[in-house]
Amino acid sequence: MNRILKYVILDIIKNKIVIFYTILIALFSWSSFSLEDNAAKGLLTLLNIILLTVPLVSILFSTIYIYNSSEFIELLVSQPIKRSKIWYSLFAGLAISLSFAFILGAGIPIIVFADFSKAFIMIVVGIFITIIFVALAFLSSILSRDKAKGIGASILLWLYFALLFDGLVLFLLFQLSDYPIEKMMVIITALSPIDLARILMLLQLDVSAMLGYTGAIFKDFFGTQFGLLLSFLLLLLWIIIPFFISLKKFKNKDL
Amino acid sequence: MIEIKNIAKKFGKLNVLNDINLHLAKGESIALIGPNGCGKTTLIKCILGMVLPNKGEIFFQQKSIFKDIAYRSKIGYMPQIGRYPENMSIGQIIKMVKTIRNSNETLDIDLYEQFEIEKLLNKNMNTLSGGTTQKVSATLAFLFNPNVLILDEPTAGLDPLAAELLKEKIIKERSKGKLILITSHLLSELDDMVSEIIFMQEGALVFHKSVVALKQETQVEKISQAIIHILKHKTV
Repeated sequence: MNRILKYVILDIIKNKIVIFYTILIALFSWSSFSLEDNAAKGLLTLLNIILLTVPLVSILFSTIYIYNSSEFIELLVSQPIKRSKIWYSLFAGLAISLSFAFILGAGIPIIVFADFSKAFIMIVVGIFITIIFVALAFLSSILSRDKAKGIGASILLWLYFALLFDGLVLFLLFQLSDYPIEKMMVIITALSPIDLARILMLLQLDVSAMLGYTGAIFKDFFGTQFGLLLSFLLLLLWIIIPFFISLKKFKNKDL
Repeated sequence: MIEIKNIAKKFGKLNVLNDINLHLAKGESIALIGPNGCGKTTLIKCILGMVLPNKGEIFFQQKSIFKDIAYRSKIGYMPQIGRYPENMSIGQIIKMVKTIRNSNETLDIDLYEQFEIEKLLNKNMNTLSGGTTQKVSATLAFLFNPNVLILDEPTAGLDPLAAELLKEKIIKERSKGKLILITSHLLSELDDMVSEIIFMQEGALVFHKSVVALKQETQVEKISQAIIHILKHKTV
């Protein structure tokens, strides 16, 4: 696998968009910590920025990169190397270099300002979100040969997870506010990686009280060791399922 | 060397390849010709494992190509349009393919030297012209001394000098007894390069004949004239 991984990473790291992205999140991070008077507030501001920008850049950049690599993938397929290895290498290449950009841009200020356990969870959550949206990009770019359709699908996915899903959840909450739906909310949260990540992080910041009774249920569930482990497992599933569907399709794809 | 049996391929409802049977032997130099969209490139891609046929089998040295990918180390392929990652330099591309192939064969650096790739090693792929990219593709196809060469429109986009160098190289490799498969629309340049002709139309094989037999049947001097003769008289 690493026979091509190294070259894929070298190619991506030199990409101007990735460099720009690193600088951009570095700017966001340093400024949100310097503008807020305490680190927890800064972390909260940063969390909201990260949960919007990181998924968008990860999914869009990866989708475009995969489409632009189509001829390169053809070249590789004509060489004695398995298709699954090519797909794995591209995935690992994108995931590693975008995670690296995230660590370089946001990770450093987070470690400098926040205390260690919170900083650690925040960075892990950021890396998970990056890789999840790279995996979703693989899924949307294998579904159609048409680049415009693929990019459109990626933008829709991002829009859905970053904005629409929250709206739908709020709508549900209001409509069903007379019923005991707090436990159901825990399950619904698992349906969006961004919300899962947000709640994971909010509970670390002890601001869950702001979420009211639902917050207490969340705390009961996600606050425990088991809950933490389970939510990371769910995040892991968000990587594995889209990627393996795309891998299966790629193995039988005509290039 | 390559045995194609009952290959059929559909893209949606379109029949791109229709029950193709072919036997390509060692030492042959074959031109694959036919009108646009007749399935030449798809056939080549089937041999390379890029397109998976709906039906049929392909054998490379008696082994089915669908089970083992090792046969691709014996094929050099030059695509019609080569595109490479933008930020990779030519040197990196060559190194990468070298590590993928991991071959112990001595490298064939004829084209590498003739196209003066050495001077371009540090250039990024996105700064190259179409012709230079084709030179890189050609160099890569020949570099590992493969037994089989598959060249899709090899001289399209190359300047006259480079095209001539490539033709000479093809003739040289042919004399070594390699199997060479060329697709081209420039019938006039095929005369000195090929010994066999495969003619395809609408996804079906029309004929597979040696150049000598073809010229005898049609009583003409050149391949281009022979093909036109056949197209006009519809006698195969």
